[in-house]
Parts: sequence; structure tokens; C-alpha cells
Amino acid sequence: MRSRKRQRLGLVSLAVILLGGAAALALTAFEDNIVFFRSPSDIAAGKAEQGRLIRVGGLVEVGSLKRIPGSSEVMFSLTDGSASVMVSFNGILPDLFREEQGVVAQGRLQKDGSFDAVEVLAKHDETYMPPEVAEALKKSGYWKDGSSAGGDKGYAK
Amino acid sequence: MIAEIGHFALIAAFVLAAIQMSLPLYGAQKGDLGFMELAKTTALAQFALVLLSFSALVNAFVTSDFSVLNVVLNSHSDKPLLYKISGAWGNHEGSLLLWVLILTLFGAMVASFGRNLPPQLRARTLAVQGMIAFGFIAFMLFTSNPFERVLVPPANGQGLNPLLQDPGLAFHPPFLYFGYVGLSISFSFAVAALIEGKVDAAWARWVRPWTLAAWCGLSVGIGLGSWWAYYELGWGGFWFWDPVENASFIPWLFATALLHSAIVVEKRDALKSWTILLAILAFSMSLLGTFLVRSGVLTSVHAFATDPERGVFILLLLVLAIGGSLTLYAIRAPSLQPGGLFRPISREGGLLLNNLFLSVAALTVLLGTLYPLFLDVLNAGKISVGPPYFNATFGPLMIPVLAAMVIGPLLSWKRGDIFAALSTLWVAGLSALGALAISLIYSGVDGILPAIGVGAAAWIIIGSVMELADRVKLFRTSVGDSWRRLRHTPRSVYGMTIAHFGVGVLLAGIIGTTAFKTESIQNMNIGDSVNVSNYNFTLNQVQSIQGPNYIAERAVFVIQHDGKLVATVNAERRRYPVEQDTTTEAGIHTSWNADLYAVIGEGNRSAGWTTRLYKNPLTPWIWFGTIIMALGGLVSLTDRRLRIGAPSVRRQRNIPPAVVAASVK
Repeated sequence: MRSRKRQRLGLVSLAVILLGGAAALALTAFEDNIVFFRSPSDIAAGKAEQGRLIRVGGLVEVGSLKRIPGSSEVMFSLTDGSASVMVSFNGILPDLFREEQGVVAQGRLQKDGSFDAVEVLAKHDETYMPPEVAEALKKSGYWKDGSSAGGDKGYAK
Repeated sequence: MIAEIGHFALIAAFVLAAIQMSLPLYGAQKGDLGFMELAKTTALAQFALVLLSFSALVNAFVTSDFSVLNVVLNSHSDKPLLYKISGAWGNHEGSLLLWVLILTLFGAMVASFGRNLPPQLRARTLAVQGMIAFGFIAFMLFTSNPFERVLVPPANGQGLNPLLQDPGLAFHPPFLYFGYVGLSISFSFAVAALIEGKVDAAWARWVRPWTLAAWCGLSVGIGLGSWWAYYELGWGGFWFWDPVENASFIPWLFATALLHSAIVVEKRDALKSWTILLAILAFSMSLLGTFLVRSGVLTSVHAFATDPERGVFILLLLVLAIGGSLTLYAIRAPSLQPGGLFRPISREGGLLLNNLFLSVAALTVLLGTLYPLFLDVLNAGKISVGPPYFNATFGPLMIPVLAAMVIGPLLSWKRGDIFAALSTLWVAGLSALGALAISLIYSGVDGILPAIGVGAAAWIIIGSVMELADRVKLFRTSVGDSWRRLRHTPRSVYGMTIAHFGVGVLLAGIIGTTAFKTESIQNMNIGDSVNVSNYNFTLNQVQSIQGPNYIAERAVFVIQHDGKLVATVNAERRRYPVEQDTTTEAGIHTSWNADLYAVIGEGNRSAGWTTRLYKNPLTPWIWFGTIIMALGGLVSLTDRRLRIGAPSVRRQRNIPPAVVAASVK
């Protein structure tokens, strides 16, 4: 009976050590790897971290999309109505990327206030606005009712 | 009319579920064989009814019956037949019906194959199964009726999301659900055992095949989803740690742990209450996954539902199922008979290590998946948790599992000799070190983590073969004797060897794809060439083509290596006019050890097109590894001992007295 207790004690302490280790691992990983969402207004107000991976979302401003000739570099401007941020991106824009529609860009804010995107996520269908973008637009008072049916189809990558 | 038949069949199945969850339970308590037998009849009838209902829905899709709302919203008469059929489950309501269909299928299988089960256990298991069916059919009938009609049928439907019009994704949900829902059987067995207060080796033997079958389905389902993401999303990646992917991966991790702990219960009568807990957790995570995907709390490709009413309903089901089973566990588990003792270094110890690490890894994935939701609910800001978190937590936790999975099978039960096991594995150890060294030379000191992965893959691939060789005493006895031993090795052992071998192959594929891929993004005009890791991609032409329900821009890339033609691949950008959507189809040339992968973006003749070109080493191994693993599961499933109908001494003892009496007469 005693050895059975010892076995159980061993198991429980092993599990506790493991859970503690995993928690420590998870916490450090969280600290380094959580990606915060910021709106263009946040960036204009200096509330966004420079050099850290963040997400910024807004509507693509009409006429702002420019392709650099002869390269795969594109630039466009994201707005939440009260502020906008210039985004540069090297790669293929998602299939659903369109002007005047909500997109989320993941990347790093540069010293000059522009945003260097490593990933651009577009809304998934015509009736959908990324929830973060919808909220940012509501905050800035730019939200029009009916501009989105508010589906949940998610991002297309 | 047919749609109404489908609806009524579902209502009838609902009523049967209500009977199945109550009377057999009462019968098992009172020892009333008649009430217990009722579970069998209702389970079979319920499956027949849900099958009828499901057929009615598929029929509505195939015949493009636009008086049914679900068909209007998710189909179009121009769609190819395959996607008309798969459209039936490519939406919220239909996929739930598929879920319930598979749930009742498993119930019917227990009813018809479980002839040797003790009647009490079978009645209780099916009753729990009935409760789950009751909850989910209620959910469908009250919030998500797939057979809802429209008063004025439109001339045509709105089409199916083009991303879902793909063979990989057409079969992804059935396999995934087979796995998700298959875990309900282990859950029901666990709850039945808790009600009974008895868990023994026989119980483990009954549970294992179901878990194994579910695990195979889940593995294939996850693999198909990953394969789809790889070629359809055009990002050159196969796994994004997206919440929807995690929702299927967490149950898989628990199911893998459960498979292994059930062996300990069967062989050594130990770890019983832990195994019960794992069975509960595995299915709870399936339910949680269903909730995450179905309620629309996530923002991801698979989340179709928008209605908060639905979310609350599933949440309620979730709380009842998980809360109820865990409460029962808390009450009954302490009274379970404690099992056999073992030393830390033993087969049991190895399996326990596997269990603990897999479960903890599953919890870290769960934490990363739910954390953004918690913050959002608490209004503490919008965040996302991406691949770096998961790689930093999940990766280190897997290393001990990968190391132990080769050593564990060589240890004996109760008390093992780790030095003997290691000395058997010296060839595997040496090859692992060699592979690690080669990888380091190839990629430099920065590549230490991938190099460890490469070493681990070699360790597993060679180690799992060596384990089998050791078992049949290859080269230590005559060839004839080894052959005889090989033939007498049980299939479950072969299954293990094959599955473990598959893990090694999968791991090599993952490391190759993530650590050693070459990527090139640029603007290309017709005639331009780009060199990607010594492969020369030339954009030969871009043509417009007409598909069945889309128009596409097709880019033809000619790939050359050392001046010799390797392949011609077509990358497409498809435009679906009905759905007003565009999709990307990557052009992929697969050889056994690498993929050459090309994607075309927006552009035109004067400005050129943006292209992404990749060389992805070992990517095919990801799919091979997954198939090999599932194959291992299937081989193990055919083992005599696990075959559900196979007679055994223990089962004969469990024949009810009434039957014995009858046979004596």
C-alpha cells in the first residue's frame, strides 16, 4: 500500500512539474509572440509599438493602391475614417483584397510612421468585415449601418 | 415533399433518442433485460432515420431544389455534381446533420457489433450516446433546420463558397467528423463505466478499437484539411495554427494519449481513472471544437454560423456534457479499484510519459487558442496568437515524446532496463546523430533546431524498424526462426511499428517544409525566368480559360533543372461569377522528396504578374506520413484481439445468465 502511495505521489509531482514547466514556457512565448491589434487612429496617437509585430486594420482607401512597376511591391493606405496609415507589402494580395473594403495587415510599424506588412488578410466574402476592423470603425465613428451584414466567414489567407 | 420527409425523419429520430437515453438506463439499473435491449433497437432505427433525413438533404442539393433555403444559400445549378453533393455538408445546418449521422452510425455499430458486450454496459453506453444525439438533434430542430423552405423559390441559388469547391475539402468534413464523433463512443463507454463503477481490462479492450477508428478518421481528416490549405490558399504552408485547425488538433492529441493509456489498462490494469479522464477530455475537446467552429466565435474560414442563439445553445450542450461527465468522474473515480504497480522505467512509465506530455501539449495549444477569446470577452483588447507561440511551446514538449516513443516499446512491463533498450537502438542513435550532423553542415549553426528535428525523425524512422527487428531476433537467430516470429507477431504490433514509422516520416516532412524551403516573390512578365534553389521557373504564357462555373487566368510555368526540363505546372486565379469570389490554385510539381510550387497573383500583360515560387523540400512526406500513420491504425484495428466480434474467455464469462440458461436447455 505504501508503494502505491509513493507511486501516486511520484505521478502527481511529475504532472505538477510538467504543468509548471509548460506554464512557464507558455508565458514566455506569450510575452514574445502575442500580436496586438491597433487601429490607424491608435497609430496616429502613438499608441502602437514600433518594431514589434502588430496588426492594423481598416478600409483600403480608394485610389491608394499602387504597384511599384517591375516589382512585386505594393503600397496602399488603410483608414478608419479619422486617421490612415500607409502600408507597404511585398507579395500577392489576398484574393478578396479590394478598395474600400476591410483588411487586416500584420507587420511592423516603421520609424517614419509607415507600416511594413509581412501578411495581409482580407475579409472573406462580400458581406463580411473583419470584426477588429468593424470595431475600430465603430470607435472612430466611421461605421455605417448596413455597410456590413456582420457575418463570420473569417479571413482568407 | 422529400424535404419534409427528411424533416419528419429527424423529428422521429429525436423522439427515439429521448427513449434511448432514458429507458435503457433505467433497465440497466433495475436489471430489466427488455428495457436494456431497447437501446439496441432504438440505436439502429435512429441511424436509419437520420440516414433517410441526410439522403433527403443530399437529394435536395443534387436536384437543385431551390425551394429549400439551405440549397438556395449554398448551391447553384451550374455547380459540378461532386460539389452539389459536398455542398450538402459545406454549410452550418448540413454539416450538423452529417455530425448527427455519424453519431448515430457509431451508435448503430455498437448496437450491432457489440453482441459480446455485457448488456448493462451496452445499454448504458448507448443511453449516453442517446443523450448526445438528443442534444444535437434538438439543436438542429430548434435553431438550425436544414429543411427550411422558402415561400417563393428563386430561379437559382447563391452558390457554394468557391474555397470549398475542391476535392480535398469535399471529403475533409466526413473524415474529420468520423474522428470527432467517433470519440463520442469512448466517452459513452467511459461514462457508462463510471455509472457501473467498474473498469477492467475487458473494458479497455472494448474501448480501444473505437478510439483507434476515430483516431484514424481524425488523422486523415486533419491531413486532408492541411493538404487543402497547402494547395488552395497559395501560401506554401500546410499548417497555420489557425483556431479551426487547433480545434481538430487538440482532440487528436487527447485521442492519441487515450490510445496509449488504454493499452496500460488492458495489459496491466493500471492508469484506469486516468484513462477514463482522457476519454472524457478527448470528446469534450471535440465538442469544444464543434462549439468554436459552429458558433462563429472564431474568425476563420470554417466559421459559418453567425447567430448568437446557436452559440448559446451549443455552449449549453458543452457545459452539460463536460460538466456532467466531469462531475460524475469526480464522484465515482475515487471508488475505482487501484491497478498494478510499476517502476518509472518500464513500459507503463513510457506510456505514461507519452500521455502526460501529449496532454500538456494539448493544453498549451488550447490556451493559445482560447486566450484571444478570453481577452476579447473581457474587453481587454484584441490580440492574436500566431505560429511563433505554438512553435515555442508545442515543439519543446514534443521532443521527450519523440525520444521516448522509440525506447518505450523496448522496455518490459513493470520494470524495464533502459540501458538494454538503448544498446539495442545503437544504430538508430548513430543515424540520428549522423542526420543531425549532416543537417548542421547543410544549414549552419543557426539551424540547430531543425537539425534536432531531422535527427529525431531519423531516430524514429530507424528506431521503429529496429524495434520490430529486435522483436523477431533478426540476425540473432536463423532466418527461418525470424520469419516464423515475424508471422506470429500480432497485427497490433505491426500497427504500432507502422504508425510510429509514419510519425518519423511526418516529422521529416514538417521540418523540411518549414525550415528548408526556398521562397521567391517577384514581378514576372511572359518569358521571364527566376531561379529558385537551382530550379529555373520560366513564365511561359498566361491564358484565359473557362471552367464549369468559373473563368480563370492560367499561368504556365516551365521548370528546368541543370538545363533539363523538369515539369510544366499551371497556376490559376479563378473567378467565380455567381459567388463574386476569386480563388488561387497553386501549380505544384510533386516528386517523392520535394514540391515545386508556383502561385500567380494579380497582374496583366503590360505590368507583369506578381508570382510566388517555392521549392518545398520533403513536403510530400507530410502526406505520406499521415497516410502511413492512419494505415498503422487500420492494421492494428484488424488485430484478432481487438476485433469486436472475436470470442474470448473473458467475454464468455460476461454472457448474461439468461442466455446461458437458454443454451443449456
